[in-house]
Amino acid sequence: MSGKETNPTFSKSTGLPRKRFYRARAHSNPLSDSHFPVPVSPRHVDYSVHYPQYFPSSDQVDSCKKIQFADIGCGFGGLLISLSTLFPETLMIGMELRDKVTEYVKERILALRVTNPGQYQNISVVRTNSMKYIPNYFEKGQLSKMFFLFPDPHFKEKNHRRRVISPFLLDEYAYVLEVGGIIYTITDVEELGDWMKTCLENHPMFEALTDEELKADPVTKLLSSATEEGQKVDRNGGQTFRAVYRRIAPSL
Amino acid sequence: MEDTPMENGETNKDSEVAPALIAVHPTQSSVAVAVGSDLRVFDLLGGCAVSLVDDSGSSLHKDSIRAIRYGADGKLFVSAGDDKTVKIWSTESWRCITTVCSEKRVSAVAISSDGSYVCFADKFGVVWVVDVDVSDGNQASVNKKAAPLLSHYCSIITSLEFSPDGRFFVSADRDFKIRVTVFPKKPLDGAHEIQSFSLGHTEFVSCLAFVCTQECLQGFLVSGSGDSTVRLWDISSGSLLNTCDIREKAGLLESKGIEECYGAVTNLCTIPDSTLVAVAVQSLQGIILLSCDLSAQTLHVAKVVSIEGDAFIPTSLGTSSSSGLLWMVTGASNLHDSQYPCVARVKVISGFKESTPDSVEHGSIVLKDNEIPGGEKLLEKLQGRVSFDENFFLTAAEALKTSMSNLLIKKQYSTEKREFRKRTRNDKKLKQ
Repeated sequence: MSGKETNPTFSKSTGLPRKRFYRARAHSNPLSDSHFPVPVSPRHVDYSVHYPQYFPSSDQVDSCKKIQFADIGCGFGGLLISLSTLFPETLMIGMELRDKVTEYVKERILALRVTNPGQYQNISVVRTNSMKYIPNYFEKGQLSKMFFLFPDPHFKEKNHRRRVISPFLLDEYAYVLEVGGIIYTITDVEELGDWMKTCLENHPMFEALTDEELKADPVTKLLSSATEEGQKVDRNGGQTFRAVYRRIAPSL
Repeated sequence: MEDTPMENGETNKDSEVAPALIAVHPTQSSVAVAVGSDLRVFDLLGGCAVSLVDDSGSSLHKDSIRAIRYGADGKLFVSAGDDKTVKIWSTESWRCITTVCSEKRVSAVAISSDGSYVCFADKFGVVWVVDVDVSDGNQASVNKKAAPLLSHYCSIITSLEFSPDGRFFVSADRDFKIRVTVFPKKPLDGAHEIQSFSLGHTEFVSCLAFVCTQECLQGFLVSGSGDSTVRLWDISSGSLLNTCDIREKAGLLESKGIEECYGAVTNLCTIPDSTLVAVAVQSLQGIILLSCDLSAQTLHVAKVVSIEGDAFIPTSLGTSSSSGLLWMVTGASNLHDSQYPCVARVKVISGFKESTPDSVEHGSIVLKDNEIPGGEKLLEKLQGRVSFDENFFLTAAEALKTSMSNLLIKKQYSTEKREFRKRTRNDKKLKQ
């Protein structure tokens, strides 16, 4: 963190942080006690830290602009960066548990803001355990899109409760999504793909998008092309499994 | 907070001291106390000790009981705990109707307002529901299976409560969270619709209760926490209405340990048909009475009732709707190097009936042992013995404090220690 001017972790040609200085393990334990700060409630999330251009000072709490997209387990941030220019007026946040990966995304966004003035002001990243703290960040019905791209498959049955899509956690995702909001999931692991689809299919507050709706949605294409993980699967000629569902009002 | 010498990870059994619990039948026809694995019930109508009948097995609970509770109509009683069993009793015959097995240790229980479902939470944050509708006449429904209702992701659930109108189900956990869920028509299919999250506590939430009066039937939620506050919530929106810091009040009474300002709220109990809430606090010899102003939506300290003479720090509180009495118990199980393995002390505060409910001036008095309903016979049953060495309860309170913070407060590591642990990691960022 010392000597920002001659930081060797940044590429001289692009001004972007170099990934090899931010390598981290592919997995992180979502069950362990966390020691990072967590906002007490959604009202305590300091938007001025994340979106300084939209929120010049932290006491501007009256602003009604809120985060609408959440990329859960955003990894190195590929999707956020693609979405940023596609929806320039929408505030979005990436949530990542691995601290160094989060650090990389943070530096990447800051560097992009410098090299592209006026752009990438609507994206940010936070280090958190989304499986535990989603309600601390978002109010009821605040989000319109949630992304779960290439999550950790946790193959062993004993570890299925660590999966980020599970029947219980879908209750919380349904809570923070507005009616009509969309949840996007994709994986290159067939078994996990089936699992996520089954969880969503069986949940009373989600329904699948039709093929036409999927085709018409510009975001669908980004799921496999925008993320680092997706590009890797593509390079290796792998298959991907997608499940895209809409939040519906519960039937009484 | 400094590091605890808990380096060897695994919680050793010695540190798991369980507090004594008390529950009072809604019409005060019986009182139950649980200390360790021991469940003691005294029949106040008959004036005699109750012997529990359990056909399913030879022994009753095999490990510390962590939760006991009467149903709102008084027909059912539930006990559950560390032995991973939930026992549902008929309060008429005191026979165990059903024993439900849990995969994990049980930390809290609740009975639905109509008495047809029993919910219990395990230590992995999953709440389970059991259909106990006995109208089908199937009495031999021993070992009923529980269905998962909802989950707090890998957190310890500390308290479960149904809203007075039965519409909502409230669950609190060690991660500062209170979740309000719509209680579904078919709970065996799970409860998926979250009404709100009540967020604002800055430590574990330890207890929940509803304040409701004739004028306000849907009620307001009050919660107590390790952050030494009691908070008032509107559950349909999850908004925090008022916060009452009890630290100062608790500290005032404690003359000796001023540096020890830590005073977690351990139990809450609302006085029926009033807007008073009785609060038990760690290290406080007595209780704090809070008054809840429902129109202004505020909570304030009405009175501190101190218990003179004895070293009595209540671990659990209970009331019934008609009696105007507040029952309290203190004690702990699994205290090693103690000559009494399972001892509790019961005390009663009277004077909640005749006075106007909101009056600060009501004459709440701590009853003498011989004035307690049931008298010495009751005390002998519920306490295990009649007289005690006072130091025992001070030791117990100290042990409970440690045990509670081990269980519910996140371990804090100093920067040096964290650095040391990081050094063994091989994915460290290169620093030049």
